[in-house]
Amino acid sequence: MKEFDHLYDALSKVDGFIYPNEIELSWSLGIVLYPYITGLVAGAFILASLNRVFNVKALKPTYVISLLTALAFMLVATMPLITHLGKPFRFYEIMITPHLTSAMAIFGFVYIWYLMVVLLLEIWYDYRADMVIWAKESKGLKKIMYKILTLGITDISPKALKLDKKLGYIVTVIGIPSAFLLHGYVGFIFGSVKANPWWSTVMMPVIFLFSAMVSGIALVMLVYMLLSYIRKVKLDMLAVDTIAKFLFYALIIDFVLEGLDQVHRIYEAEESFEIISLLVSGKLNITLLIMQVSLGMLVPMVTLAVLQFYKPKAKIRQIIYLTIGTLVLVGIFFMRWNVVIGGQLFSKSFYGFTSFKLGLIGMEGALMGIFWLIIPFVILGFLLWLFPPWKKSKELESIADSD
Amino acid sequence: MKTKKEEKKSRREFLKAAGIGIGGVFAATVLQPFTAVLYASKEPEGAGPWYGIAIDIEKCIGCGSCARACKNENDVPREPFYFRSWVEQYTIKNDGEIKVESPNGGIDGFTQSVPDEDIFKSFFVPKMCNHCSQAPCVQVCPVGATFETDDGIVLVDQNYCIGCRYCVQACPYGARYVHPEKNVVDKCTLCYHRLKKGLNPACMDACPTGARIFGDLRDKEGELFKFLKEHTCHVLKSHLNTGSKLFYNSLNQEVR
Ligand code: SF4
Ligand code: SF4
Repeated sequence: MKEFDHLYDALSKVDGFIYPNEIELSWSLGIVLYPYITGLVAGAFILASLNRVFNVKALKPTYVISLLTALAFMLVATMPLITHLGKPFRFYEIMITPHLTSAMAIFGFVYIWYLMVVLLLEIWYDYRADMVIWAKESKGLKKIMYKILTLGITDISPKALKLDKKLGYIVTVIGIPSAFLLHGYVGFIFGSVKANPWWSTVMMPVIFLFSAMVSGIALVMLVYMLLSYIRKVKLDMLAVDTIAKFLFYALIIDFVLEGLDQVHRIYEAEESFEIISLLVSGKLNITLLIMQVSLGMLVPMVTLAVLQFYKPKAKIRQIIYLTIGTLVLVGIFFMRWNVVIGGQLFSKSFYGFTSFKLGLIGMEGALMGIFWLIIPFVILGFLLWLFPPWKKSKELESIADSD
Repeated sequence: MKTKKEEKKSRREFLKAAGIGIGGVFAATVLQPFTAVLYASKEPEGAGPWYGIAIDIEKCIGCGSCARACKNENDVPREPFYFRSWVEQYTIKNDGEIKVESPNGGIDGFTQSVPDEDIFKSFFVPKMCNHCSQAPCVQVCPVGATFETDDGIVLVDQNYCIGCRYCVQACPYGARYVHPEKNVVDKCTLCYHRLKKGLNPACMDACPTGARIFGDLRDKEGELFKFLKEHTCHVLKSHLNTGSKLFYNSLNQEVR
């Protein structure tokens, strides 16, 4: 029977003893992508806040880009989660039947809060005055869209501008803990599964958070560089260097946290230790030791460390940043992979392993996965077309900034 | 303004009240009776039956009748990846190596592949949902589709289950699977449909050696209670504190 072929195949590859119900992995690529994409959102947002709340001036050129990137990915974040459900059309049940003890049930609320309240409001305050002007200047569909999006609030007096700025600031301040919450809770989904020793650690939410920052910062760096390249404008090297510096810090913290977690496991050497070390040295050696730790973490970290002391020419730095950014994004993807897939490869009896082969087609196949990773860029393209940060009025901004 | 005397008095009263409060908390903590491990967790309030299961490993001969009966009774898919109830064979060799097997969940019985002279010990362990009273699966279900009945049975409402499989991850015993046609989670219901008619679960009736005992933990005269009294029983993975109500007699430490 065709339907079960892949399972018979997996059955023939079982290594040691697993419970009979454990042949098939319950969570596949969709659940790898969900924390990955959510992490990109949280990371990009935190980078944006660095500029606004902590007043890192050098990051100014990337502020709005980070926000729009966060929004583009946020709109897609839930899709892999919904499509992996056995009953995708019942997904709304999560929202209408809150179950207070389930980490996953909080998802709907955190998501709505973050998307609707924080991200949309912040972007709206940032663009409202510009949209009022654009509504006057543009024609056709764009004009209508701007008109609708201003929600009819067309006051662009200095007082109104200042108010926008102030409210936007407040939203950002609220947004920072929200971003932490958003991703910390995603880590908690895994960290609270006590049946699984690979997941069950209090470090999980924190590790998820810092790896989210790492990936989000790398993403914004790449998006910013590519945008300048496409628009053929000169890259603000100070901004990129500053982002790279934050990436460096975030990488160090992430590395230390993940390292501590592993050292802790090794030192405690609980009953699950044997199976986990087999997992790490066997089934996960390529995705964990090579992709995640070596290429995704150590290489970028060492390179960035060198760049703090020795700065080659801008052109060379650009190439280095491009490479590192890509490596980090791939590395964090594999971090999610190793958590989600790795955590299901060994049996909860700790006596054996099942196997996993990523299919090409289907809702959780590789093609679908690539699709969910491309769509945010399409959305981002649309957002940049509708809200071009480079067309924002400098004049309005200086009025809002003036005292 | 309070006078000195009044102030002193009110302070004394405060201390007295605080003392009573703290003492009360202390007394409540210390004097609370410990619940015997028998119940792995505290018996909830209520009347009516509160079901549990016991398995006598010494009596199990690994015939697989229970696993077969379960698949027949509950329309569990025939493929060897879906089980509400299954049997594992443990073989501990003389050199200490542990071999565990459960070909097709033990439905077709077992053949011993280790030569007799190498075997230190060999036995069978039937497994199924533990109907935990602090069930991790109930805890994590985002829509409350997995729930515990008043009589202590953990069920899945398949009309609500969204198929997120969080419960499958959370169950430490591998007791749950996703039904390939229904796309929702399925697991042992202790044959709830039979219980309600006054019948035994199918696996209990099918066991030829009487290795499986099931009954009401509140019934101090009942068979299950007597069995637990007369034998030293353990639950699986007790350190996880799931409040398991599946008790095993002569459970070896190697069994996980
Ligand atoms: S054994 Fe697993 S499925 Fe059954 S109640 Fe316990 S946690 Fe839930
Ligand atoms: S798969 Fe169904 S029963 Fe299990 S946690 Fe999800 S919704 Fe609940």
